Amino acid sequence: MSATPETAPAPSGAGAGPLLAVENLRVGFATEDGRVQAVDGVNFELEPGEVLAIVGESGSGKSVTAQTIIGLTRSPNSHIEGSVRLSGDELTTKSERELQKVRGSKIAMIFQDPMTSLNPVYTVGKQIVEAIRAHDSSIGRSSAREQAVELLGAVGIPDAERRVNDYPHEFSGGMRQRAMIAMGLALEPSVLIADEPTTALDVTIQAQILHLIQDLNRSRGLATILITHDLGVVAEVADRVLVMYGGKVVEQGTLDDIFYDPQHPYTWGLLGSLTRLDQPRPHRLPQISGAPPSLLNLPKGCAFRPRCPHEFGKCKEVPGLDPRLPEDPNHRDRCWLEPEQKRKLREIEGRIGLEEPT
Amino acid sequence: MSDVGSTSTAGGPLLEVTDLVKHFPIKSGLLIDREVDQVRAVDGISFSVNKGETLGLVGESGSGKSTACRAVLQLLKPTSGSVKFEGQEIAGLSRRELRPLRREMQMIFQDPYASLNPRKRVGQIVGDQLKIQKVASGKALRTRVEELLERVGLSPEHYNRFPHEFSGGQRQRIGIARALALGPKLVFCDEPVSALDVSIQAQIVNLLDDLQDEMGLTYVFVAHDIGVVRHISDRIAVMNHGKIVETGEADQVCEHPRDAYTKKLLAAVPIPDPRESRARRERAGTTG
Amino acid sequence: MLRFAVRRLLGAIAVLFAISVLVFLIFNVVPATNPAARIAGKNATPQLIKNVEKEWGFDKSLPEQYWTQMKLIFTGKATSYSLAHINIDKRILEGIPQTASLCIGAAIIWLAFGIFFGYISAIRAGGFIDRFVTVIALIGISMPVFWLASIFLYYLTYKIELFPASGYEPLSNPVEWAKHLILPWVCLAVLFAGFYSRVLRSSMLDVMNEDYVRTARAKGLSQRRVMLRHVLRNSLIPIVTLFGLDFGVLIGGGAIVTESLFQIEGVGYFVAEALNQQDFPSIMAVTIFGAFFIVLFNTIVDIAYAYLDPRIRLGTSAA
Repeated sequence: MSATPETAPAPSGAGAGPLLAVENLRVGFATEDGRVQAVDGVNFELEPGEVLAIVGESGSGKSVTAQTIIGLTRSPNSHIEGSVRLSGDELTTKSERELQKVRGSKIAMIFQDPMTSLNPVYTVGKQIVEAIRAHDSSIGRSSAREQAVELLGAVGIPDAERRVNDYPHEFSGGMRQRAMIAMGLALEPSVLIADEPTTALDVTIQAQILHLIQDLNRSRGLATILITHDLGVVAEVADRVLVMYGGKVVEQGTLDDIFYDPQHPYTWGLLGSLTRLDQPRPHRLPQISGAPPSLLNLPKGCAFRPRCPHEFGKCKEVPGLDPRLPEDPNHRDRCWLEPEQKRKLREIEGRIGLEEPT
Repeated sequence: MSDVGSTSTAGGPLLEVTDLVKHFPIKSGLLIDREVDQVRAVDGISFSVNKGETLGLVGESGSGKSTACRAVLQLLKPTSGSVKFEGQEIAGLSRRELRPLRREMQMIFQDPYASLNPRKRVGQIVGDQLKIQKVASGKALRTRVEELLERVGLSPEHYNRFPHEFSGGQRQRIGIARALALGPKLVFCDEPVSALDVSIQAQIVNLLDDLQDEMGLTYVFVAHDIGVVRHISDRIAVMNHGKIVETGEADQVCEHPRDAYTKKLLAAVPIPDPRESRARRERAGTTG
Repeated sequence: MLRFAVRRLLGAIAVLFAISVLVFLIFNVVPATNPAARIAGKNATPQLIKNVEKEWGFDKSLPEQYWTQMKLIFTGKATSYSLAHINIDKRILEGIPQTASLCIGAAIIWLAFGIFFGYISAIRAGGFIDRFVTVIALIGISMPVFWLASIFLYYLTYKIELFPASGYEPLSNPVEWAKHLILPWVCLAVLFAGFYSRVLRSSMLDVMNEDYVRTARAKGLSQRRVMLRHVLRNSLIPIVTLFGLDFGVLIGGGAIVTESLFQIEGVGYFVAEALNQQDFPSIMAVTIFGAFFIVLFNTIVDIAYAYLDPRIRLGTSAA
């Protein structure tokens, strides 16, 4: 194993480039019904201490994007293009063996359902020890176990010394997600990918887990990618946001850009359909008509076209993800409408929303 | 809509639940099981639902809201307490006695993938109860089902399709059509939108709203998402550890909660407004 | 755990009782002819038939009949009249070492091959090796034991005298013991190995889609470790279930064809003899004996479950 050559190591003082750079990432899967382009040209950069939220519905490509970063979507029937660089080090061309050294140690990932994400037949401690020793077999079992206890304590599990010997089913949902985070932090990674980390949890537990992620993000400078469908969660923790639809990013910008000056009608629809506790309730919820598209036959042109009340002739061409606001080059979107038109069209009863189709 | 069960008791509540209790025994013992403890899933709850209104039942997992629902519908035998539907006591009725009442009370389930029989066609799923209760048959049955499908936003051509050919939102529409087939008065909605995509949730909530207006339905809407519950409900009951901790007008409960648990629950709901949530964080930070 | 074991044991006893009643009813109540005459055999004198009638309690009420017969079988006093007046229980006990030698050896072979082939087939699912193993497994499953045994006997003991043709050597001479058993082991194991590999393959493919396997990969574990520690380990439950049942059946006299063809005079061989002579006391005794092992191994399987899956271990306390 020692013979495995390291691919061109990044210059150690790589202060110049971003921590994580994803460039034109495309992921396709060959299925029985044809080829599915699950992710189609995703670009973003991530700096230490930053939280990037990727927002979308089922089939938007948000989870596939996240899993592709650490190579979990690699398989004989998948086709991955583009580039993922961690501190300048290209990950997509790495062999499976080399990538294993990155997973868990430099980039950690936690998943949606803490009930099913831990192996039911091993104790929580054993699974954390396994993660530690997978990357450094010189650490003895007992000192790895001590480390596991420490980690569990650090993520807020009371009586960690005893609970380390519990099986996952003896933990509550929130505690399991804490244990997942502890396991992810074991090797002090620089990037944490959290794929719907709170969707399966109760709101009070969700708030706790989000605070934990935020704390770690601040105290350790842990760069975080948060995959979610919940704009409330995004508003709580994110710095920047990507909105995905049908495998493509349809809008990206800072948190305030997305919430206060959204440019894409899909973003308006998402914002409009929220049931907000801090505002008087509307008579009817503004809704987006239709259903998210099947990746097997995406509409030609703009993928949102069939559900968009503002569709016009030009939408038959795919709009580029371009900066359309002269004052803000980092706020990009894929919609042909003029920014002036957009500002008018998105106002529904004093709120941002998507007009109901007639 | 044929109006069945004409014992309309004007004025009084449609459903009245008093001191409903559902305990599950925990049994133990080497040879013979003895009851050593109980899970107090529903621990003495009382509420009433008036005709045409929506009562929201909100609580976290394990609060007992789903068990309460099933105990009210007599799908689970309540340990004690009274459930009156149109003034008639239904707790403790036999299966046979309950059968005519099943037409009046229906349920919509959470998981549109698991709650529809995958081997049955949509027409059968929606029409079966009409057949069983001998409301319609043959051509009339088919027409009736097609009307229902159209009413919930599907197309009559979907009659012969199977559930797996539909998206999550469409399946939930099938579930709604099935629940409405017999023209019920009271519909229990158990987390009807929580398994759906964000953009679909609003469609289903609006559909339920429209159906209520048109058919004069009464809903008990059970969910963990307090935002959705507040939107659809006239009144809200908050459940925690098997008890109702607070009941009131929807806006009243959400804007001026009185109970400590309700306050905690509301404070935990993320606000989809970055400035608001920053302000809230700062407030929380300064107060400790 | 104690509660679990005690309950399981009581359950097993109840099942055995039910089986003994059922067997008794099938053999004694259903047939229209005089059961005593059938027990006494083809050339029995009227006196012998009378004796049998008395010995087996046919002149008494049904519950008494049941009691008498079970007493005969369980105290080792039942004699077979059709099979040279042998003591049935003694014959079964004598057969156990031979049957056990056959079954344990075969079980080791089929588990080793079944798990090995199932494993490589699952980790290479869809590829050439998977398809190759699938074909081999299907051939193994479709080959009848009597045919395979005949082929072995003809080519490997008669054409090339590689192995002794038949018989059993006690374990006191291990080399001869193994030499005599290799062919029967393989014969018996082939079907099971093929079958187990298929079951394990599909079980592993299911487990591979579990979230915790994705977690294991995301931790940076090596592919081999993910497969062995997380996928294989969690896929073993169906294998354990099958094994408990299959092994119980074979130890209880189910290896009839293999034992007969290779002249291994074990329990299965005795079953064949008893069936041949329609010797009803022997059949009844062997059926109860077999049921005992099936129930025994089922109980062992249940306890093994608790070891394999901690959720079952604590199942009663988790509300």
